This record gives sequence, C-alpha cells and structure tokens, in this order.
Amino acid sequence: MVGALGVSQVAFLILAALTVLSALTVVVHRNPVHSAVALVSTLCLLALFFFALDAQLVAILQVIVYAGAIVVLFLFVIMLLNLQAQSRATGGPLLVAAATLGGVALAGLVVSGLGRAAAPPAAGVGAGFGETAALARELFTAYLLPFELTSLLLLVAIVGAVALAKKADG
Amino acid sequence: MVIETTLLRWIIALPALGVLFHVFVGRRATGAVKWVGPGLVGAAFAVARAAASGLRVMPAGTALHDHVYTWIVAGPFRAEVGLRLDALSAVMALVVTGVGFLIHVYSVGYMHGDRGFARYFAYLNLFTTAMLILVLADNLLLLFVGWEGVGLCSYLLIGFWYEKPENAAAGKKAFLVNRIGDAGFLLGLFLLVWTLGRQGIWTVDIETIRQHADVLGAVAVPVCLLLFVGATGKSAQIPLYVWLPDAMAGPTPVSALIHAATMVTAGVYMIARLHWLYALAPAALAVVAVIGVTTALFAAVIATAQVDIKRVLAYSTVSQLGLMFLGLGVGATGAAVFHLVTHAFFKALLFLGAGSVIHGLGGEQDMRRMGGLRPHMPVTFVTMTVGTLAIAGVPPFSGFFSKDEIVWAAFSGPHGAPVLGVLAFVVSFLTAYYTGRLLVLTFLGECRAPEDVRHHIHESPAVMTLPLAVLAVFAFAGGWLPVPAILEPVIGVTEEAEAPLWMFTLASAVALGGLGLAGVLYVARPDLPGAIARRLDGFYALVRDKFRVDELYDATVIRLVFAAADVSARRIDPALIDGAINGTGLLVAAISGASRRLQTGNVQHYALSFLVGALVLLGYWVMR
Amino acid sequence: MGPTPLGWYLALSAVLFAIGVLGVLVRRNVIIIFMAIEIMLNAVNLAFVAIARSRGSMDGQVIVFFVMTVAAAEAAVGLAIILAMFRNRETTNADELATLRW
Repeated sequence: MVGALGVSQVAFLILAALTVLSALTVVVHRNPVHSAVALVSTLCLLALFFFALDAQLVAILQVIVYAGAIVVLFLFVIMLLNLQAQSRATGGPLLVAAATLGGVALAGLVVSGLGRAAAPPAAGVGAGFGETAALARELFTAYLLPFELTSLLLLVAIVGAVALAKKADG
Repeated sequence: MVIETTLLRWIIALPALGVLFHVFVGRRATGAVKWVGPGLVGAAFAVARAAASGLRVMPAGTALHDHVYTWIVAGPFRAEVGLRLDALSAVMALVVTGVGFLIHVYSVGYMHGDRGFARYFAYLNLFTTAMLILVLADNLLLLFVGWEGVGLCSYLLIGFWYEKPENAAAGKKAFLVNRIGDAGFLLGLFLLVWTLGRQGIWTVDIETIRQHADVLGAVAVPVCLLLFVGATGKSAQIPLYVWLPDAMAGPTPVSALIHAATMVTAGVYMIARLHWLYALAPAALAVVAVIGVTTALFAAVIATAQVDIKRVLAYSTVSQLGLMFLGLGVGATGAAVFHLVTHAFFKALLFLGAGSVIHGLGGEQDMRRMGGLRPHMPVTFVTMTVGTLAIAGVPPFSGFFSKDEIVWAAFSGPHGAPVLGVLAFVVSFLTAYYTGRLLVLTFLGECRAPEDVRHHIHESPAVMTLPLAVLAVFAFAGGWLPVPAILEPVIGVTEEAEAPLWMFTLASAVALGGLGLAGVLYVARPDLPGAIARRLDGFYALVRDKFRVDELYDATVIRLVFAAADVSARRIDPALIDGAINGTGLLVAAISGASRRLQTGNVQHYALSFLVGALVLLGYWVMR
Repeated sequence: MGPTPLGWYLALSAVLFAIGVLGVLVRRNVIIIFMAIEIMLNAVNLAFVAIARSRGSMDGQVIVFFVMTVAAAEAAVGLAIILAMFRNRETTNADELATLRW
C-alpha cells in the first residue's frame, strides 16, 4: 500500500493541499475581501470532497447555501462597514505564538488519537446513497424533531437579526 | 446501708426558690422579702432536721440518698446530681441552715432601709443554696459546683456596696485568690479521675472512689496536696488567706455567715469527707497539719495588733481554721469537725455582736473610738462576753471542749508531735488575749467615741438581738453535743484516749491567762500597751501591717502577672493575632488582585483558555 | 474504504479545524474571526460526511444538513450583532471591544 498511490489518492492530496492553502489565506490575509474570496474557494473545494464521498445533495447545498448565501452576507457586511485592509491584522506576538502552538498541538493530538482509535466498521453503500431521496427519508422520519426545531431556530434567527440590525429609533 | 428518698432535694430547692423570688419579685415586695428570705432558710432547716431525725433512728452508718437526675453520661463516665445525707453532711447541713436562718433574721434588722435589700437576700439565699449543694453532694463534681457557687456569692456579697471602689476591689480579690485555689482543686480532681480511669474506673462518685481508693497508690499524695491547695484558698490558709481580711468590706452579717460559719469551713468539710483518701497519704496530712498550725499562729499574732473590730475577728477566723486543719492533719477528724460546729456558733455570735456595735455607733469600726458601751448595749455585751469566753476556751463553754480535743490530739495523737501541741497552746493563749482585748476596748472603760456619736448609741432592735441570744445559748452549751460520737460512722473512731486531767487544767489556765493579760493591759494598766508597742517598735509595725504579705504578693506575683498581661496586650496581641487576621485579609486581597487580571475582557484570550483546556483533556484521553 | 483511506479525510479535517482555531484566536477583525469559525464548522462537516460514507449510514449527512442550517442562522445573527456594535463604537477591532475587563 505504501508508495503505491492510485489516481484518486493523488487527486485527494492535491485537493487537500489547495484546501489547506485557501484556509490559511482566509486566516492570514490582511484584506477582508481577499479573505472572503479565499473562503469561497475553500468551501467549493470542500464541496468537491463531498462529491467524492457520495454526498451529492450535501455538496450542492454546500455551494448554494454556504458559498452562495453566507459568504455573500459576509461581503455585504464588509462593504457596509467599508472595511479596509488592516495594518495590524493580528494580536500581539505572544498571542500568535501561543495560538500557533495550541493549534499545532490540537491537530497533532487529534491525528494521533485517530491513529489509536479502532476503525469504524466498514460497510458498503447502498444504491441511492447520498441522493436527495435518501437524505429526505432520514430527515422526515428519524430526524423529524430536530428538523422542526431547526425551523424554529431559523425563525428566531431572522427575528433576532432584524431586531439587532435595526436603527435605534425604528 | 443507703436509703433512697426524694426529701433531700427540698433542702436545696427551698432556698433556690428564694433566689428566684428575690430576683424577680423582690424589688417591688420588700415587705414580703423579710419573711420569704429567712422563712425559706428556716424551712430548709426544718427539712434537714426531719431528715436527720429520721437518720438517727436507723442503724449506725445508714445514709439517705437522693438521686435527682443523671447529669453527664460520656462513654464509661457518669456524673449524677445526687445528694447524700449521712452523719457528716447532716451535721454540716444543720449548721448551715440553722446558723444561716439566724443570720437571715438578723439581716432583716441590719440591712433595714438599704437600697439593695431584695438583692441582698437574693445573694444570701443563693449562697445558702450553693453551700448546701456543696455539703450534700455525693460526688466531687457536684461538690465543686457548690464550691464555685459559694465563691461567686462571696464575691457578690463582699462587693455588695459596690459604689465604693475599695469594696469592689475586695470582692475581686476574694474571687481571684479563690480561683487560684480552685485551679489546684480541679487539678487534683482531674488527677484522681484520670488515675482511676486508667484502671477502668470512671467515676466522680465519692463512695465509689472510696471503694477503689487503694488503686491510687502513690498518686494519692499529689491528689491530696492539690485538693488541699483548693482548701487553702477557700478556707483562708497560708498562702491564700489574704482575701479574708479584705472581705470585711462586706456587710457584717455576710462576714458572720460566709467568712466565719460556713463558706470558709468548706475546705475543712472537704478534707473530712475525704479523710480516707488523706489517710492513704500521710505526707499530705503532715503538710496540712504544719500549714494549719503555722497559719493559726501567724494570724493570731497579727490579730493582737489590729484596731478594726472586724479585722480582729477576720484574723481570728483564719487562726481558728488553722486549728481545724491542724486537727485534720493529726488524724483527729472528729475533733476538727466538732470545732467547726462550735466555731460556727461563737464566731457568728462575735461577728453579729460586732455588727450590733457598729450599727449602734452609726458605722464606727475602729476600736480606738469605742469603749464604755456596756451600759448602753447590755444584751450585746452579755452575748459577746459569752462568745469571748467560748472562743478563749474557758470551761464549760463550747470552745473549751472542741479546742481541747484538737490540742490533745496534736500533742499525743497517732500523727501528732509535741511541738505541734505546744504551738497550739500558744495559739490558744493568743486567742484568749486578743478576744479579751476586743471585749475590753469595745465595752469597758471610758467611751472614746466623738460627741455626736455618743448621743445616738443605742441597743439594736429585737430582730438583731434575738439571734444573738440564741447563738449565745449554743456557744455556751454547744460543747455538750456529742459531735465526734455522732460522726463516728462516717469518719471512723477517733482512737485517742481521753485527755488527762492536767491537760484540762493547763488549757483552762491558758485561757484565763490570756483573758487576764488583756484585762491587765487594757483595764488595770492602760499605759502599758503603748509602752510595749514603742519598745517593740519595728516588729510591732510589722505585725500591725500584717507582716506586709499583701505588699509582698503585689511586688512579686501581681507585678509579674500584670507585666505578662501588658506584653500580651500591647505586643503579642496586635502583632500576632491582629497580624494574623489582618494578614489573612491582605493575603486574600493580594490573591484577588492578582487573579482579576485574568479578566482581560478580550474574548480571544478566553478562547485561548478554552483551547488550553481542550488540549489538556484531549492529551489525557490520547495518552491513556 | 476504497482508494482514499478514511484516516486521510479525518486528518485533513483536523488540520482545517486547527487553522480555524488559529484564526479565531489571532485575528483582530471580528469579521475575519467569523470566517474562521465557518472554516471550523466546515472541517467538522467534512469529518461527518467521511464517516457517514465509511459506515454506509446517512446519519452523518443529515447532521451536516443541520450544521449548515444552524451555521447560516448563526452567521446572520452574528453579523447583525457586529453591525449594531459598529454603530455604537465605530470599530470592529476585537481588542477594543473589551469593556468587561478588570
């Protein structure tokens, strides 16, 4: 297995590298607009991953909802507040050092932990796995309650957002 | 044989009810107070009399017991509130209630018109209650409760007229000196209980301890000595007698009751009660005898040079108590208690008589300003003469019989020594002398009182002279009570043989000699005392100033204590205690001052803390 | 699992998550902080989908569905808060929004 890399694995590695790069750009770049664009690219690359993992509906939703709506919302706000490129983008060097150390430690611990954990039972996928019908079936039967609660959550979010963003004197 | 009864608790309950009455109702009902106060004590006397009569028809060695309630139960240790009436405690109880009753009646007249009339009787009833608890207690812990109670009442009554600072100071002195003695008593008690406890016998009950007394071994000596320390405090022996002369600041009936007849006899009673314990510690008995005779001699010498009528009687009490302890120390327990009883009669009589004189002179206590009172106060004069003859030991008055037994036992008893007997004779001589001197200076010769006082000299009212008369009868005839024989079942047979005739003759001669000397010096040749005093000069000043013992104590012990208190209060307390408390506060403030800097308000810093926490958990889980 | 092992996907998810954490802790601009949060959420989504595929169960994808929904709601409300804060304090600098300090 080691050394013998198939096509899909190579593709994975290339895509993974690109994704990490975009994520870093989001976090590191000074100009907020550039960060937003990098975010879009990260999300789209992730959608590609979802496609590879037989999660077609989720992948489409990722593009439509995340890249399409949420990032656009971000860009709206950036424009509204007229944010410029930041001269001092990050907190003090001490904080940066601590955070970098922490982040590396986190990733390392999780990966090593995964290495120790037993592999989940491998199973094959049935037909129609990842398609709309399959998702919908689960959604409206086993996960009906969370579905309804999420609807409520969305309502609350809308009302809250409107209330918060209104001007003070209505 | 022990018979259970519920009668005994009434002996204590009746005066206790008096306390409640006087405290809560007394102020508004002064008319009732003069009936309730003496009345309840008289009722207690009646109950004691009834119980004692009941005891007398039973076989010798019987005792009545009243178990009031179980007080302390702590594992194997029990302490009860229980009362025991045997021959010894019956005699004591009758003396306390009987003489107490007479003094209560006398007080109605003496304290008439005083602002604290009800308060006085409350304290006096409280004292009676405590003293009865002391003598009737069947265990040492309850005895100590009574012991402390009488100490408290002594303090309250000495400082009765507390508006004058010297009276309050005298009360304080009495209490503090007593406390030192009490500490000794407690240590002795603890040692006793602990020693027995280590053998598995956890008790303070006197009879139980008596049964197991042999277990004590060598510990008996320190126990007896420590208990005796308590006795020196309560019964005013060397070195803790210094409070008694100052205690004369209290009303004279108080001096009669507490500092002559009852409270100061508590030490004597305690040792008599525990005579079997002291029998196991001959060394302790020797100490008791030596201190007793030394105190007797010391106090008698001082009494010869005092000019305050009550001071003479105070030192006389100390001296007579010394004789009682001498009696105990040489094994003549019966004689000692006998003397306790007769002393109660004639000393109370002498004090009440002195009170009558003071009352009649409008408050004068200095004998140099008395004299010639015989025609004006005949009843007082006659009764005080009876008292004087009794204390001097002139036959057939009571003091002759009781003192005689002690002196004979000191001479030739099983633990006696001739030197003790000789010293006892010297004390007898001096006793006769100074009491005779008191009588002569007060009642005979020219009246040296100032004009305005002389016009108002009057005999005391019947409520005061009647108790004097009753006490005089007892002081005269009390010697014929077969006290030692009565006490035999409790304290064992006093084995000394009857004193020979030459003893009696010598004793009478000593007594008459002392009185005669007083007569010569103060009636026939009034110039002599002054001349002798000038000749003895320095020594005389020393005696008159009571050998400067108080000043010695002040310079050594008291100054030391005050210095220690000063250091504690000015240095140790602010630095250590306040420092510790304030330091704790400062520490808390410092820690919080440092800790609050964690609250930067910056959310990212908090998020970093989250991350650290998550890493710790994750690391633990991964490394496991 | 087939060509690409599950472990690789999960490793990628961990790395992306760590990058997101870095962003949250380090950047001053609150909007960039939000974007970093979105990255964290997406990293988790990736993990869920990969495991769902590995186990052959749709549960993972359903959860991803919910995560996306909630993320949308959270983004909306969060940005509204930022707008309100900006109106009050004229700043989007996280360091200056620290009034609850000692």
